[in-house]
Amino acid sequence: MTNISPDNSIVVEHLRVVRGDREVLPDLSVTVPRGQVIGLLGPSGGGKSTLMRAVVGVQVIAGGTVSVLGEEAGSPALRQRVGYLTQAPSVYGDLTVRDNVRYFGRVIGVGGDAADRAIEAVALTDHAEALVENLSGGQWSRANLACTLVGDPEVLVLDEPTVGLDPVLRRDLWDLFRRLAGDGRTVLVSSHVMDEAVRCDRLLLLREGVILSDSTLPELLERTGTTDAEQAFLALIDEAAARDGGAAA
Amino acid sequence: MNARITLATAARILRQLRGDHRTVALMILVPVVLLGLLAWIYADLPGDVFNRIGPALLGVFPFVVMFIVTSIATLRERTSGTLERLLTTPLGKGDLMVGYALAFGSMAFLQAVVATGFAVWVCGLEIAGPLGLLVVVALFDALLGTALGLLASGFARTEFQAVQFMPAFVLPQFLLCGLLVPRELLPPALEAISDVLPLSYAVDAMKDVTVQTDPLSDVLPSLGVIALWIVLSLALGSLTLRRRTP
Repeated sequence: MTNISPDNSIVVEHLRVVRGDREVLPDLSVTVPRGQVIGLLGPSGGGKSTLMRAVVGVQVIAGGTVSVLGEEAGSPALRQRVGYLTQAPSVYGDLTVRDNVRYFGRVIGVGGDAADRAIEAVALTDHAEALVENLSGGQWSRANLACTLVGDPEVLVLDEPTVGLDPVLRRDLWDLFRRLAGDGRTVLVSSHVMDEAVRCDRLLLLREGVILSDSTLPELLERTGTTDAEQAFLALIDEAAARDGGAAA
Repeated sequence: MNARITLATAARILRQLRGDHRTVALMILVPVVLLGLLAWIYADLPGDVFNRIGPALLGVFPFVVMFIVTSIATLRERTSGTLERLLTTPLGKGDLMVGYALAFGSMAFLQAVVATGFAVWVCGLEIAGPLGLLVVVALFDALLGTALGLLASGFARTEFQAVQFMPAFVLPQFLLCGLLVPRELLPPALEAISDVLPLSYAVDAMKDVTVQTDPLSDVLPSLGVIALWIVLSLALGSLTLRRRTP
């Protein structure tokens, strides 16, 4: 239990998750340090969302432990301190951006000024009075993110927050994630865009429920002898596939 | 449960409704049109039929409308992911259930006042008891519809299924509530079932208010049974809201 120290915000030990008759995460252990942006990368269907659901405590788990900020994932004490962004936007389409963010803010216990700050952080101030259902896809997902940011959570679990956004907005959001980490927040971000890896302090590569790599980008490049994140990941995935193939043969 | 979160939730649901003028208009106007139609159908016939079934319908409308609206609205929360998000926040299940009950209950109150006023002052429905009590009974019926709607939405995966639950939950109660055949004339097995179903008590209470000048002592036990059903449905409904899902 040496992993549970004040420097670690998320500690996952021997996590096993079964969905339907499929073992999505067979035996996963990982530690996420506080105050960093952690990129969770890997092929779709590899268990990224399931791991995130386990960290926020909405996933039924078959074994192992997940602790966040020293508490069991999903425990009542954490509900004000952990912010979760689902992959599909989960906001009310028939309310304005401001009404959505204010409502989720009130549930967490913050006021209207916090809502306005969250809307500004995702650059939607000009659209605050628009109904969410009338927004573009990218604006819709930013409204979704504002509802996660509003309570200023200590741990942010963001499932593909930049998907469908143009390069300028993606850069602005990554700047925001870096600022949050600079303020001591822990940001766990999943992505399948490999060029976003350079903005992360640490990278987790998840494939078929197994962590292939848990390191910084320079370490990863050195280990694989490659020059960018995409090549490094392809090298690791090919290596793992060859190993699987070898084991099967 | 937390009063701040419950009230914020009720306010949010009302804000969503406020943006949907057509739904609000349907909730208020459909009972009025149906009551008017009913009064008109029986206008030239002997037997004072409208006075006999009008009050019962005043109990049935809020129940049916709130059942549909609530089951669809909560199903949307489940399928849109907003429910999962809310359950990762400090919001308690009770906050959500009571928030819905408060929001739709206040709509039901409006509906009951308009429908009762229309039935009495436009259609000439004769009420011996106090009109206020009629509205109170209608409000209980509406809350019953909301509570059962919340429960039903837990068993629906799609909006198609949720809509089908309306006849499944409501029509048997409607057939057995004494409106078509007085309950004491039903076959014994059906009478026993009708003695358990909440809509029977709603219709009984409405009838009591219509024919008695001082109906409170007969109405209170009926309201008690309805309240028991409301609490039971909300408790069972909260079991279908799970923070952790497979």
